[in-house]
Amino acid sequence: MLNFSVPTAVSALVSRLPTQPPSMVFSLLANHVLWPALKDLDCQPLVGRRYAVRVKDLGLTFRFKVTARGFAADSGKPELIISSSARDFLLLLSRREDPDTLFFSRRLVSEGDTELGLVVKNLLDALDPEVVLRRLPPPLMPAVRRLMAG
Amino acid sequence: MPLELVCPAGSLMALKAAVDNGADAVYMGFRDNTNARAFPGLNFDEAQAAEGLRYAHDRGRKVLLALNTYPQSDTWQRWTGAVDRAAKLGMDAVILADAGLMRYAVKNHPQLRLHLSVQGSATSYEAVNFYREHFGVQRAVLPRVLSLPQVEAVVKNTAVEIELFGFGGLCVMVEGRCLLSSYCTGESPNSAGVCSPAKSVQWKETSSGLESRLNGVLLDRYGKDEKAGYPTLCKGRFEVSGETYYALEEPTSLNTLDLLPEMLKMGIAAIKIEGRQRSPAYVTQVTKVWRAAIDAVKKNAESFAPAPAWMAELNKLSEGQSHTLGAYNRPWK
Repeated sequence: MLNFSVPTAVSALVSRLPTQPPSMVFSLLANHVLWPALKDLDCQPLVGRRYAVRVKDLGLTFRFKVTARGFAADSGKPELIISSSARDFLLLLSRREDPDTLFFSRRLVSEGDTELGLVVKNLLDALDPEVVLRRLPPPLMPAVRRLMAG
Repeated sequence: MPLELVCPAGSLMALKAAVDNGADAVYMGFRDNTNARAFPGLNFDEAQAAEGLRYAHDRGRKVLLALNTYPQSDTWQRWTGAVDRAAKLGMDAVILADAGLMRYAVKNHPQLRLHLSVQGSATSYEAVNFYREHFGVQRAVLPRVLSLPQVEAVVKNTAVEIELFGFGGLCVMVEGRCLLSSYCTGESPNSAGVCSPAKSVQWKETSSGLESRLNGVLLDRYGKDEKAGYPTLCKGRFEVSGETYYALEEPTSLNTLDLLPEMLKMGIAAIKIEGRQRSPAYVTQVTKVWRAAIDAVKKNAESFAPAPAWMAELNKLSEGQSHTLGAYNRPWK
């Protein structure tokens, strides 16, 4: 079972770093891994909107927007902010935990445009994990497969 | 075959999860307000529906289409168009609530199997038999207002197969007749296809807790460690005569695992799992538990008892603080 927490000293340190470099790395990775699967779905409602993903225990915030060509790092005011812990994000991404369950138990927080939040949730649910997995950098693949298998 | 397991799917991935984990049938909706889970980004376009049908049929499972909202006269064609598409795609049944739409289906697609939706609000065998006589309805989903003896009375007096809700979110139980949220949003759930349209919902963390609002109306304020629920008007906490409480209904989930032996004995045709708005992870977890439970009760109804692990798994997925047997269980009767 996936069981870990991030020490507060680490998050305190990371949260003081600028958000731009991690946001750029996040966007690069998302463009490579997520975008090819997303663009086959009806992702038009995501385009032109601004987002922030906060990994609370890491003190890390990724800010980005979605354009017609994919993800791009951004510093504008986000319309949707999704916050959770590193562990819960991994459980969500590996389909081991249901977002509504995490939301009911207050482990996942969504702030801002509720409708946009629902579009994001439903699009992520509709993604074929196999298509996403195939795009992962090879060194990450075994760890993610182990995570998904439980 | 009694106790068919009918599971929800809001996406192709959820459908595959249901089939892979043992659903006998999966129900879905098209991508508009012809069904009562009309959320943005959810549901199936025609190509996805066709792929879902292929996936399920290749594995010997059925696909049912929920067309369970009430058509309005100016958009009538959207609903009849959906019936036409269902027939063309080869859906195993359509789940309808509106009598006009049933008439259309019978006239234009006599081979299409009809199920009466819970939204049709038929609670007596007279009502169920009416739909049988006039439209050839083959299965009825009973509203969650009847006790088990009342359900049994319906089953004994009709040739229509009876489907019951087994698990999932409960609503205020005037199914097909509830207009409550329209007083806040201007949209009736029975025609717009959703109780709390996402565009009208606001969530906000405040110093006194997490607040949910529907079009500005405060529905609830959750304390720091309190479990949250869906932002629906019927499950809000309101101040009435100086007391703040769930004035209409407490958010609980139905869980009827305990009642499976009785349901099997009385000849219930199918058990429905609520939750087309939930993710593939939910569908996987709930389907797994219910498949195991139904197999166990069929093997030996006398010694059947829900495994603690099943209950724990289902409780984790529930909305609200607890689960309930709903109206099925009325011990004071």
